[in-house]
Amino acid sequence: MTQTGSPPAIVRLEDVSVCRRGRSILEGISFEVEPRAFVGVVGPNGAGKTTLLKAILGLVPIARGRIEVFGAAPGERSHAGGGVGYVPQQVAIPAQFPASVLDVVALGSLRTSVACSKQQVLDRLRRVGMARHAARPVGELSGGEQRRVMLAQALCASERLLILDEPTTGLDLPAEQEFYQLLRSLKQELGLSVIAVSHDLLALAGEADQLICINRTMHVHGNPNDVVHSHALQEAYSCEFDFLRGEIAHHEELAKRLDAPERPD
Amino acid sequence: MLEYAFMQRALIAAVGVGVLSGLLGFFVVLRRLAFVGVGISHAAIGGVALGVVLGFSPLLGGAGFALASALSIAWISHRGALHEDTAMGILFAGSMALGVVLFSARRGTQPDLLGYLFGNVLAISRPELWALGAVGLALAAALWWLFRPLLLVAFDAEVAAAYGHPVLWLDAALLTLVAAAVIVGVRLVGVILIEALLVIPAASAALWTRHYRAQLWLSAVLGAVSGVGGLWLAYALDLAAGGMIALTALGLFVFSLLLTRSRFARPS
Repeated sequence: MTQTGSPPAIVRLEDVSVCRRGRSILEGISFEVEPRAFVGVVGPNGAGKTTLLKAILGLVPIARGRIEVFGAAPGERSHAGGGVGYVPQQVAIPAQFPASVLDVVALGSLRTSVACSKQQVLDRLRRVGMARHAARPVGELSGGEQRRVMLAQALCASERLLILDEPTTGLDLPAEQEFYQLLRSLKQELGLSVIAVSHDLLALAGEADQLICINRTMHVHGNPNDVVHSHALQEAYSCEFDFLRGEIAHHEELAKRLDAPERPD
Repeated sequence: MLEYAFMQRALIAAVGVGVLSGLLGFFVVLRRLAFVGVGISHAAIGGVALGVVLGFSPLLGGAGFALASALSIAWISHRGALHEDTAMGILFAGSMALGVVLFSARRGTQPDLLGYLFGNVLAISRPELWALGAVGLALAAALWWLFRPLLLVAFDAEVAAAYGHPVLWLDAALLTLVAAAVIVGVRLVGVILIEALLVIPAASAALWTRHYRAQLWLSAVLGAVSGVGGLWLAYALDLAAGGMIALTALGLFVFSLLLTRSRFARPS
């Protein structure tokens, strides 16, 4: 699949199917994530987006096909020397959790070949703008701050690939924009690859290099601009995308990237 | 009271079990496994009864049942078919019922049985003390080795699994340690009251500090203080040692709650 001369894909899925209790959750999913690419995965509720991420992480078994992460099956990736950073959908750290921000972030590197030193942990916290909170109990943080801590923990696990499941759930618009801005700068500084699932199609389309729309099967895959305007996207969501035009006005950054004739006056 | 050899042995056992229960209790409280701990300790009653009735070591029977229930809970809850507390409710009730039926089949009073149910620390022998020490050290070493992965699982099990940690095995290991602590504590406070040492010192420590290292050590200290204090009170007042140890732990909890209440007051 990778063309001669291009860098090897960090993640490769070939005709992947996932079944649970005899029911097909995903069918025939194929795509690649190149180094430094941001791949957004969208789709309606129950489309199998989170299951797709879990299959890449090796948390759910696949019924058919092949997944490679850093050239190895997900369960063997630690042997291949490529860790994966993960931020789950639900980040609800109990208020009483007895650990500081620094301790929680350091836990991300337990399975990596070399554990993060205190300085390295502080460096990850600095990158996500949380270094001054290092000594605070993690349960005292706001939702947005907890997301940043989880991101720093994910960076301790890997500085090559981040997998984010609904990374902006529960954040208000400024916090969401701040989070994506942070992700952009991390991607530039570290050369990270990112796979992110989100319900927020517009925000993700504004950030990702590639957009994938699934609804059990792969509906459309490509440049976000093309995907957002494709008929296949409407098919996946089983609805007309009139709302898209109204929403676009609120996303200035996306508006710049979308074709002018397609935008509402 | 220290002039008596049996009291010296009882004090050493009280400190050892108190420290061990306090250390393990940190995870019992953090993972909200208090009911699971109750279930494991009560499930041991079926094994104790089987030992008493069939004539083999009741402690061994209790250990087998506690271990089997701990591993069953881990397996059932990971399969997702039942919640942890439901699985525990079934195992706990089944094992207790077996114990009641087996004991009812035996005629007359059974003083040994009361010792297993409510503890008999004053009767602890030197070989038992050595065995307790060896098992206690093994448990403490296992806890030290597994501590950080267990902390990550307590923080977020899904993230731990995503990072390649064997969450099922870590859960099974933690519940096995709890089952072993139950058995180690049987001679001190009995299967009925061991839960007091597994939960109350750790819950008291959680009131004082929000940092795991401090919480862990404070929990161990409070466990030891509960053991020694309860034993001394039982000796001074001529009351049951197991019950006094549990009540001392409770007293320390109430004291902690009163002194730390302003820190946890809800904002008006």
